[in-house]
Amino acid sequence: MIYQAIVFLPLAGAIIAGFFGRAIGPRPAELITTAFLIIAAVLSWIVFVRVGLGGETAKVTLLRWITSGELDVAWAIRVDTLTAVMLVVVTTVSALVHLYSIGYMHEDDSRERFFAYLSLFTFAMLMLVTSDNLLQMFFGWEGVGLASYLLIGFWYKKPSANAAAIKAFVVNRVGDFGFALGIFGLFFVFNSIQLDTVFQQAPTVAGQTMNFLGYQVDILTLLCLLLFMGAMGKSAQFLLHTWLPDAMEGPTPVSALIHAATMVTAGVFMVARLSPVFEYAPVALAVVTLVGAITAFFAATVGLVQNDIKRVIAYSTCSQLGYMFVACGLGAYAAGVFHLFTHAFFKALLFLGAGSVIHAMHHEQDMRNMGGLASKIRLTWIMMLIGTLALTGVGIPGVAGFAGFYSKDAIIEAAHAAHTPYNYAFWMLVVAAFMTSFYSWRLMFMTFHGKTRADHETYDHAHESPPVMLVPLFVLAVGAVLAGIVFYKFFIGTGYHGAPDPYKAFWGAAIHEAKGNHILHELHDVPGWVPWSPFVAMLGGLALAWLYYIKAPWLPEATARAFRPLYLFLLNKWYFDELYDWLFVRPASALGRLLWKRGDGATIDGLIDGTANSVQRVTGRVVRLQTGYVYHYAFAMMIGVALLITYLMFGGAR
Amino acid sequence: MTAATGCETMNEIGIGHYLTVAAALFTLGMFGIFLNRKNVIVILMSVELMLLAVNINLVAFSHFLGDLVGQVFALFVLTVAAGEAAIGLAIVVVYFRNRGSIAVEDINLMKG
Repeated sequence: MIYQAIVFLPLAGAIIAGFFGRAIGPRPAELITTAFLIIAAVLSWIVFVRVGLGGETAKVTLLRWITSGELDVAWAIRVDTLTAVMLVVVTTVSALVHLYSIGYMHEDDSRERFFAYLSLFTFAMLMLVTSDNLLQMFFGWEGVGLASYLLIGFWYKKPSANAAAIKAFVVNRVGDFGFALGIFGLFFVFNSIQLDTVFQQAPTVAGQTMNFLGYQVDILTLLCLLLFMGAMGKSAQFLLHTWLPDAMEGPTPVSALIHAATMVTAGVFMVARLSPVFEYAPVALAVVTLVGAITAFFAATVGLVQNDIKRVIAYSTCSQLGYMFVACGLGAYAAGVFHLFTHAFFKALLFLGAGSVIHAMHHEQDMRNMGGLASKIRLTWIMMLIGTLALTGVGIPGVAGFAGFYSKDAIIEAAHAAHTPYNYAFWMLVVAAFMTSFYSWRLMFMTFHGKTRADHETYDHAHESPPVMLVPLFVLAVGAVLAGIVFYKFFIGTGYHGAPDPYKAFWGAAIHEAKGNHILHELHDVPGWVPWSPFVAMLGGLALAWLYYIKAPWLPEATARAFRPLYLFLLNKWYFDELYDWLFVRPASALGRLLWKRGDGATIDGLIDGTANSVQRVTGRVVRLQTGYVYHYAFAMMIGVALLITYLMFGGAR
Repeated sequence: MTAATGCETMNEIGIGHYLTVAAALFTLGMFGIFLNRKNVIVILMSVELMLLAVNINLVAFSHFLGDLVGQVFALFVLTVAAGEAAIGLAIVVVYFRNRGSIAVEDINLMKG
């Protein structure tokens, strides 16, 4: 019962606020959805304790869905540790975002719609993480896509918001195409899309090949790559990342909930959930690692030069998702999900903090027009500081640190332990960590420190946010500080000298590790300097940011001028939007225009209109035969009869 | 008088004469319909004329073939013709009330 309550309370909230919001008014709609979400969050923590620490798993079948031949799909809630972790992340962040939105959106006139969308999103996300088969996962997958679309375009009067919403939807379709093909492929190979069946049979087809587009390819490699394509779209990985920064057009709480903490991590969740399949496809795992590492590096470089406060955090999210995929690709799924878990806290904190700053600055998002705000909004500043410390992974190896320190450093160590070619994953992640530190501190310094660049009026009127917005920040800050140190042992803790591993007890059967995958052990055996490398990178980034934005504020401009092509390259996000515009949008638009003008206008319309015209011309003449005089018709009839009779008499009647 | 008697004179009236009269009447009626430019009543009269021509045909054949069915049929045609005349005239009256004219030239509402 508790599981059903967690999943369906948000749906109930969405229905009430969505369909009856106009009737009950915005305030009750806010309160009902928020209250439901808080209940769901509390229940989720109970489930987390029971499942994660008590080792309980459950499978609740709700109803039969599709039974057609071999295909047998039921709605079911599958609860194991992985689900429990996601439940906690989703409902907690969602509840806090609901609460925060009451304050943030208080000037909007369609609040009930906003809260209905938020709750709908939460329901779809819960459906995704509790799915027992791939079709149900796909339902949740598309449901969150829909909610994301609705929320990015929430301010539908803004053309840029509409464009961003469509872009997010279309780019995700590219990934979902692969995901759907992957599901079809799984069904083709295993005759089932039930997770348990697939997991059981996956090892038996390892190494076998099948025919795909005329090539003999390894079954599991192909399927995993197709599924990973879906993950790339949803989690904004390199090549399919372009929608995420644009998604910042939506309201800031949405960015915190969907585009930082929950939805974009669905790809990581999916890879971890399907670990029993991915474990037998080493080539696919190598691709996952490569794409993750490239994303982590690429997004960090772009984040260095962005000026919109939300876009910096968006690229940071993109980059951190890359870290998670690297962990999954290396086989350290537990570390990837651990980073997902901690990242949800501090990234939501950063986003909501940024929302608080934007709120204080009257919807100013450009960091070039901020500065010196620390004294004005001290509480927000402290919260953002905690978020930044957690994101940059501040902590002393072997002693203690913020949340990001545990998860991110574990991934970096795993990257070193995995010995990728030239150790590329390790070095890219360390460099990305350096850049993460730089852009995070750049954001802090540009926003809160130095002399203000805001105009006088805005600066004087900058005010601290109301308590309803600050409370979620406090809760998330607690998570950002403690999530690492408290849960480290459970998520990725290993036993010393052959003692049983705590992480194995915690995860149970939720995450599968192939024989010979000891990455979580090996990451402790890296050379002594490796754990210190992210620490050094973090300090280096901090020092450089301090030099650039506090000590010598003229330096950034001088650097930009000295390396102008590189600066423009980064500022324009590696020209990906331009490339895609040239590569896909323009040809598609040209093709559409051709089909419209030539195909539809000239050929089809021409043909049909031509036929219609000639019919009209002929009938225009024929119609004159119809004089309307009865005697003309009688005459014609007589002539006809006479001809007929003549024919019968002299012609054919033989 | 039966069919087989009286063939003495050349001017004996045979079936050919009756048919000729009937054909002439029929043709008159036909031309009456579509050469008529005046009014609808003339058309009705012409139709009546054509029916009579048919009747003559029926009676003539009946007599010369010695089969009474033709004459019975002629009586039916007369009945129908009477009904037709009644309905036709009624329609003409109603038409006149509605449109104020029964000139053939004006009755062309079915013009395309």
